[in-house]
Amino acid sequence: MILFWLLAPLMVLAAIGMVVVRKAVHSALLLAFVMVSLAALYAGLDAPFLFAVQIIVYTGAILMLFLFVLMLVGVDASDSVVETIKGQRLMAVVLGLLFGGLLSIGVAQAVSATVVGLDEANGEGNVPALAQLLFGRYVFAFELTSALLITAALGAMVLAHTERVAPKATQRDLAQARMRDYAEHGAHLGPLPTPGVYARHNAVDTPALLPDGSTAEASVSRSLRARGNVRRAHAGDVDKTAAALDPEAPAADLSERGSGR
Amino acid sequence: MTPLISPWLPAEAGGGVPVLPVEAAGTFWWLWLIIALPALGATLLLLGGRLTNPWGHLLGTAMSAGSFGVALVMFVALLGRSEEERQVRQQLWTWLDVGDYTVDMSLLFDPLSAVFVLLITGVGTLIHIYSIGYMAHDERRGRFFAYLNLFVVAMLVLVLADDYLAVFLGWEGVGLASYLLIGFWAHKQSAAVAAKKAFVVNRVGDVGMSLAVMTMVATFSTSSFVGVSAGMPEASSGTSTALGLLLLLAACGKSAQVPLQSWLLDAMEGPTPVSALIHAATMVTAGVYLIVRSNYVYAETPVAQVAVMAVGLVTLLFGAVIGCAKDDIKKALAGSTMSQIGYMTLAAGIGPAGYAFAIFHLLTHGFFKANMFLGAGSVMHAMDDDVDMRHYGALSRAMPITFLTFAAGYLAIIGFPGFAGFWSKDKIIEAAFAEGWVFGVGALLGAGVTAFYMTRVMLMTFISKKRWRSGVHPHESPSVMTVPLVVLGALSAVGGVLLLGGWITGWLEPVTGPEGEHELFVSPFILTSLVTLVVLAGVVVAWLVFGRGELAGTAPQRVSWVTRAARNDLYGDAFNEAVFMRPGQHLVRGLVYLDDTIIDGVVNGVAALVGGSSGQVRRAQTGFVRSYALTMLGGALVAVLATLAVTLA
Amino acid sequence: MNPGAYITLSALLFSIGAVGVLVRRNAIVVFMSVELMLNACNLALVTFAKQTGDLSGQVAAFFVMVVAAAEVVVGLAIIMSIFRTRRSASVDDASLLKY
Repeated sequence: MILFWLLAPLMVLAAIGMVVVRKAVHSALLLAFVMVSLAALYAGLDAPFLFAVQIIVYTGAILMLFLFVLMLVGVDASDSVVETIKGQRLMAVVLGLLFGGLLSIGVAQAVSATVVGLDEANGEGNVPALAQLLFGRYVFAFELTSALLITAALGAMVLAHTERVAPKATQRDLAQARMRDYAEHGAHLGPLPTPGVYARHNAVDTPALLPDGSTAEASVSRSLRARGNVRRAHAGDVDKTAAALDPEAPAADLSERGSGR
Repeated sequence: MTPLISPWLPAEAGGGVPVLPVEAAGTFWWLWLIIALPALGATLLLLGGRLTNPWGHLLGTAMSAGSFGVALVMFVALLGRSEEERQVRQQLWTWLDVGDYTVDMSLLFDPLSAVFVLLITGVGTLIHIYSIGYMAHDERRGRFFAYLNLFVVAMLVLVLADDYLAVFLGWEGVGLASYLLIGFWAHKQSAAVAAKKAFVVNRVGDVGMSLAVMTMVATFSTSSFVGVSAGMPEASSGTSTALGLLLLLAACGKSAQVPLQSWLLDAMEGPTPVSALIHAATMVTAGVYLIVRSNYVYAETPVAQVAVMAVGLVTLLFGAVIGCAKDDIKKALAGSTMSQIGYMTLAAGIGPAGYAFAIFHLLTHGFFKANMFLGAGSVMHAMDDDVDMRHYGALSRAMPITFLTFAAGYLAIIGFPGFAGFWSKDKIIEAAFAEGWVFGVGALLGAGVTAFYMTRVMLMTFISKKRWRSGVHPHESPSVMTVPLVVLGALSAVGGVLLLGGWITGWLEPVTGPEGEHELFVSPFILTSLVTLVVLAGVVVAWLVFGRGELAGTAPQRVSWVTRAARNDLYGDAFNEAVFMRPGQHLVRGLVYLDDTIIDGVVNGVAALVGGSSGQVRRAQTGFVRSYALTMLGGALVAVLATLAVTLA
Repeated sequence: MNPGAYITLSALLFSIGAVGVLVRRNAIVVFMSVELMLNACNLALVTFAKQTGDLSGQVAAFFVMVVAAAEVVVGLAIIMSIFRTRRSASVDDASLLKY
């Protein structure tokens, strides 16, 4: 019971945190905490087998899957915490509170305090006892889960698979396309600018500056741009630096231009 | 002095003659052939379409003539039987079998239907022959003969059926055939309208007929003549009266009696042989047949009898007055038909004393009216289809055969002593006087007016000075047309022989019952002389008005209101229009308005309500999964609340 | 051991998961919230097993885990394919099926 009272508040906090934090990765980590704590509670509830399964399947496999997908999908604007549907958040919270409160009251009313305990049922050990049930009374359900798992695996493969509708572009095709872009739209022919050129930071999150002093957006990784982790490097800063290096230039003008941005 | 209207004292209710037929055997096995022959002709001609045009008229005429031949054989066979066995019934098949109500398709050949069959097929055949000439140049001649045959078939079914429902079949068939024939030249607007009018007005009568059949089924569980005649004496007086009046309504429709007379004059739009067929042999006689056939019904209900007589009396004067004012030769004759059928109805209303004379007059009328209509057709043929008598005159020289035969018909209809109409009409007037002097005087007056307008027709058409339009060269019709005229003319002259020795009354006795004695306040001879005097007075007046001096080529407009009313069919159409059509139209408009505003309003309102609210409700369908999930959570919350409420309660 | 406390914790976690489904737009986080709800149910099942002395509750929890694993596999694959075509993992963007 001490374990429970230690973990329960933390789990609730972690769960709330999972819902409110902005970044999906943080949510995943908080969920991992809840799940591991649950595993610990299972251990306390005389369910050593589920304790192991919880850790291995949920925390080990399922959460890893979540993280993989997060990595694949990347981050985008759906991380924004601004609510777009009017009244949705308020109603959700109100209904959630009501629901949780009623459920707690109702269940607390319904559950009797007497506890039979699993000592007798777990007499030969928890795992053999569960095995007796799984391969005895619940054998058909168990066999059905195999069909379910195969179906799920196949379904995931079908969904993840993409049919190639056009022949794969060769290097020659890519080069020709690039030349065509240049001819028709005047697109830059060379490689994309690297970040950090002419900047104070020689870092990937700082965009390169074009000769006129404006930033070259294309020089920063798309993921960083999506996350909003791009540092700004104003032309004024460059000018300021130049002015600092040039003893003949009037300092006042430069500072005005610099603060103008 | 006889009482004013004696049947008001129903001392002698009852005494109807039950129908007790014997099964057909021997010669009578061929009875069905009478109907089958023209039916075959009609079927072949209708199916053959244009292919039959070259020979269709011959087939149609042959079938009609064959039917007449069979009928003649049957008639002779019937003559050879004793009086008790003269009602022959041939069972063909069971038409309807519903619960305990059965309708047999069977034929009843008794003295009454025998007479009718002979008239229909005989005069019908003559009209067929005449039509060969009259319709020679019509491109749909085959179809015309198909319709003629159909008409004959329907009429034969009507008079040969032994069940009121089967009679109704023929009844409707006659209505259909008359519709087809009156509207035969449907390219003329007036013909199409007239056909529709005849059909619609007949429907009113048909309502009476169908209600009568329903009453019979409800009362007697049968509608056969045998069953109804056997059950009538036990029927309540209310049922009898209702049946009598409903049958009278039916008869009014078919026989063009007041108040359902309006279609007859317009029916002149059909080809003239059709008019002859409708007016002489078929159609209009159906009503009289129905009343005479239902004598066992009227025997139980003096009230309906008086109604029949009243209708007959009004119609005979009505038609006579209309006939006086018409310049259209066919319409003048149509008015006279109405009037003569009125005589028959009057006679049929008198009861057993009049039935035989009604049928007798029907026969003689069939001869002389067919004769005169065909004669009128011949005249029209000669005058380039001009029907206005004011454009005729002095045709006796141009077409002597037509003139002579027409004259025979004329003398017959006015009741010139010795001619057919004299015998029959005289007997009816006599019987009417015996029934009540109101009817007698009315019938007598009608005879005088008949003499007046028929003389007018005669004078304007054949005698007076030429008023021909330019380019008209009258000529005698071909012999295929004149031969039937001659035959009918002869019959018009000598048709009275049927009365010799009271043959016709004796012949019909198995059907209508014994004639009975009627007392007259004067001797029959004096009455006959009186009738003849009145007729002569009518002729003289007509001669004074139309026989001397010039006749205007167009109808004079400055005339008395009586003439104007008569020209307008005594405002029969105006009456119908004002009493039935206009209120009907207003009612329909009101109903349409009701339908458009209130009923449609409710329907549209409900639809608009549903549509509008749906338009609002669908806004909840935002497409956001999270909104839906919120709703689900709300639902789950309600479920938890309900569970808790149930558990804690 | 107090079963009521475990059940209350389970109810709270479930409600928090439900609210998470409703308020978050990132499909992956929504999915995580669903997993949280499933886990809350599992806790209740295991608690009931202990309370009644019947291992069936644990078997049920085991089956829930199996089904959850299958569900996650398919669900994440769907998210992936949607993301590939629409360049978005927001559940609000897939809102074309509406009035």
